[in-house]
Parts: sequence; structure tokens; C-alpha cells
Amino acid sequence: MGAIFRRELKAYFTSPIAYIFIAVFYIYTSTYFVNYNLYYGNTEMSYVFTSAFVIMMIMLPLLTMRLFTEEKRLRTDQCLLTAPVNLFSIVMGKFLAATCIFVCAIAIYGVYIITLVALAGSVAWATVFGNLIALLLLGASFIAIGTFVSATTENQVVAAIVSFIINIAFYMIDMLAGTVKLDWLKDVMSSLGFYTRYYEFSTGIFNTASLFFFVSIIFIFNFLTVRVLEKRRWA
Amino acid sequence: MIEVQNLTKQYGAKTAVNNLSFTVNDGEILGFLGPNGAGKSTTMNMLTGYISSTSGKALINGIDILDDPIGAKKNIGYLPEIPPLYLDMTVKDYLNFIYDLKKCKLPRKAHLEDVCGLVMIKDVYNRIIRNLSKGYKQRVGLAQALIGNPPILILDEPTVGLDPKQIIEIRTLIKKLGKKHTVILSSHILSEIQAVCDRVIIINHGQIAADDTTENLTKNISTDHKLIARIDGSREEVLKTLKNIPGVVSVVADMEREKGIYDYEIETREDVDIRRELFKRIVARNWVILGLKTSEMTLEDIFLKITMGDNVVINTKKKDAEAKAAEADEKAEQYDEKAKATDAKAEEYDKLAEAAETHEKEDEE
Repeated sequence: MGAIFRRELKAYFTSPIAYIFIAVFYIYTSTYFVNYNLYYGNTEMSYVFTSAFVIMMIMLPLLTMRLFTEEKRLRTDQCLLTAPVNLFSIVMGKFLAATCIFVCAIAIYGVYIITLVALAGSVAWATVFGNLIALLLLGASFIAIGTFVSATTENQVVAAIVSFIINIAFYMIDMLAGTVKLDWLKDVMSSLGFYTRYYEFSTGIFNTASLFFFVSIIFIFNFLTVRVLEKRRWA
Repeated sequence: MIEVQNLTKQYGAKTAVNNLSFTVNDGEILGFLGPNGAGKSTTMNMLTGYISSTSGKALINGIDILDDPIGAKKNIGYLPEIPPLYLDMTVKDYLNFIYDLKKCKLPRKAHLEDVCGLVMIKDVYNRIIRNLSKGYKQRVGLAQALIGNPPILILDEPTVGLDPKQIIEIRTLIKKLGKKHTVILSSHILSEIQAVCDRVIIINHGQIAADDTTENLTKNISTDHKLIARIDGSREEVLKTLKNIPGVVSVVADMEREKGIYDYEIETREDVDIRRELFKRIVARNWVILGLKTSEMTLEDIFLKITMGDNVVINTKKKDAEAKAAEADEKAEQYDEKAKATDAKAEEYDKLAEAAETHEKEDEE
């Protein structure tokens, strides 16, 4: 797992993708930070955090799209799958490498927080921590989804688009729940929505059920990735 | 030691590998021979645990590749058909990655240096793999398989894309490796198998068509009691004369090689040498022997015979080749004519140029 993690991380930084991802993330969130916090002298950071939702939904598929597609296209998966390592550690190595890049991106919030503390003396720590946890869980979920999709196709563009669509589906599903007549389906749909759960965290409410929800999503999609790799051997 | 028992792989309705069973002993170099699509790579992928078998077993040093994949894979170094290289890495980074991936315990620096020395890639050690030539990429792939000194090496067409000098070097290397490792090597280049391997398995349509040592295979199928004679004489008469020689079992007139001259395949009883008698009788009829050879089969012939059916096919192949050669000759002639035409034109131009020059001189004067 360590070897694969290190290789992936290095690959991210030898290609422009990690730099682009981090740069776009910084520019996008700092615009919010400057406009909402610095311009109005406001210490309420919720906007800066929640604004990241959309950019993560769009940009994280770009980060995950090449994880397994490139392996398959260049046949390097033959090297990984015939090496004495189990599939789970291959998947985790890749998942953690992408998550690591994502953590580099959200580290910028540390700068925002320090700036606000320096200027205003303090911030609402409960909300800030709630938001950081929410971002991490949400990002890891999107990455798990993207990793899974990349294992199912050989084409990077297809991987990016499909994972983007799945991300949107998880984002919108509880909004659509209102239009459904069936009660049980409505319940299922509204409990699958990412945004409501994410929003709850971002207001500083720590809901254990939501924590388990995101952790389960991460686990399930990584598990499915392992199954996809396993299944290909049997096909 | 590799034991394969009734290994079968099905892709839907298509059976890629059908009930393959064989054993490779320690220190043996086994050649896997077969036409494209015969199931060589599929078998190798099953042995290395890249794909699973539909049924049957593959034991690597006694460990079932499906029961304990990690334990079995530790014993294998695999070079797939397309070397699994990360193009954006340097050779150094890549080999270090493989070293970590295989959880190799040998002293890192010394071991990597050894491997690079063996496959002769020290001079590209710090270069990015994307920029390497096909031959170097292939050798980096081979280096990858050698890392960790696995007792079993499985090499899928290791010399593809190399130049003749490199091919010889790699062959020598494989032979050297064969002293310490068990090697399975696939190829469709017969001379390679003949040069490197102790034993050959020929597979065709996913089944074993032959499994023997290289020598035995050539010996068993080669027929030194068969002669091929090219005789200048009327076909019917020659046939009749040849059949009358004592010891001759059968005579077949092959195709017309030169105008009115045929090759005759003469099969004799194994204990008889008819060559002297043949010569005398031909001379007695005032004919001429233009060629006489025992029909020794090369591995190539054996391969064709096994994978395609019988001699007839080989002959049609020859005919095809001859037809192609004739066609090529014709084309060459056409080219010659064209070349002549261009020569003529060039001469004309020269003349014109000369004329122009003289005009110029005249003008100057």
C-alpha cells in the first residue's frame, strides 16, 4: 500500500493535474473569503466552506479519473495485480493518494482561519471544525466514488463524466425526494442526499448518523472498487 | 516448479485455453510455442494470477495461485506481452517502486544495480521511461520481473522489438537465468525457442499439440528415410523408374520447380539407403539429377505441420511464396522501365541545360 500511495502521489505532482486542482480550489474559495469575510469584516465562515461543495463535485472527478483507467490502458495493472499485494491495499493506496491531494487543497482554510483570528481575534470554532470535518467526509466520499468509476472504464473522460453525474445525483437526490409520492421511496431518497447532511455539519451540528453515512459511502465505494478489480479477473 | 492441472479458461462461449496440463521442473527453460491467439498469453496470465482460470489448478512451487495468491505471486517474476511501465517515471523511480511493491528484502542499492547490470540498462537509469526506445523499454520490463530474485520467471515474448544484437544478448541472459530459475518463455519465433529452451510445448487452439524436448521433437517428426530428388526427365517415366528401385515405399511428384523438371518425394524403408542405386538408374536412362536431399524437418516445419495439419499446407505456402516472389520480380521490372524513362528524361534536361548555357555564353560574348 505504501509503495502505491507514494507512486500515485508523485504521479499527481509530475502531471499538472494536482497543481491545477489545488490552484482552482484556492482561487475559488479565496474569492468567497475575500468577498464575504474580508470585505465586510465578517467572521462567519459558512459561505466560504459551503461554496466548496460545487467545486469539489466538479473537480474531484478530475483528480480520480486517471487512477485506474491509466493502469488499464497502459497495462500496468498487470504489474500491480501480479505483485504479491492484495487488491484492498492497491485500492487504498490510490484512494489515500487522491485524498492526500484533496487535504492539501483544503489546508488553505487554515490560512483563512489564521487571517480571521489575527484580524478579529476569534472565529466560531464549533462551526469551523464542523465545516472542516464535513469537507473532509464529503471530499473523501466523492473520491471513493471517482475511484470506483475509474476502475470500471478504460477512458479517462468517461470516468470523469460518469463520476460527475453520480456526484450530482447524490447532491440532488434529496431535492427530488419532495416530488415523489411513495413514502418509503421519499425516505430513502432524502436520506441518501449529500447536501442536507453536509449542510448540517457545516452549521456546527455534529450528527453521528451523518458521520456514519459518509463513512459508509466511502467504505462501500472502495469495497465496490475491489470487487470490480476482482471481477475482471474472472471475466 | 510449476504444476498445471487441467487448466481451462472460457470467455463466454469461447474456450481460450482448454484442459492444459503440464509440469515445469526446477531449473528448466520451457518454451511456449503457438500461433497468435493460441492461448499462450492467457495461460501465462492464469499462472501469474492476473486472471482466474475457469477450472483446473496452477501450483507455483506447490502453492495454488487461487488459494494463496500472495504466497504464490512472491515466487514469480512476470514480464507480460506489453511491459507494464509507468511512462512518466524514470527507470530508477520505477524499479524502486517495483522493489517496494514486491516488498523485497534484498539490499536495495546492490540488488537494483545487479539487475540493471544483468539487463544492461545502467546507461538509461536516470531517464524517463517514455523517452526510451522499444528495446530499452522491453529490458526495463525484464528488469522489473527480475527484482526480488523470484525462483520462477514467466516471460511473454521477451525479445519482441529488440534488434538482433539485443536479441542475442537477451537470449544469452535467459539461458544464464535458466541455471538458477525456472523459466517459462513464450514466443512465436522458432529459432529462439530452439536456441534457448530445453523443452517445448506447442499450443494450438488452447490445447497442447506437442510437449517434448527440442531434440526429440525434431527427431521424432523428422524423417531421414525420406528423400527429395530433383530429376530432369519425363515425369511419368521417372515415377515408374523410381518406384522400381528396391526399398522404395512410395514416390510422389511434387510441383514443377523448373520448366519440365519436378521434385520427387521418395519414401523408403527405414533400413535402406537407395541413393547409390537411384543415381545409377537415373544415369542409365540418361537423365540428370539436379538435386538430392534428405527431407529433414526444422522446428518450423514441425510447427506448421502440427498447427496447420499436414504437408500439403506447407507446399501451398511455398507456392504462395513463389507467386509473391514472381509478382515482386514483375514489379521490379516495371520499376526498371520507369527508371530508364526517367534517365532518358534526365538526359534531355541535361541537353537543354547545355543548350541554355551555350546561349548564355553567346549572349555574353
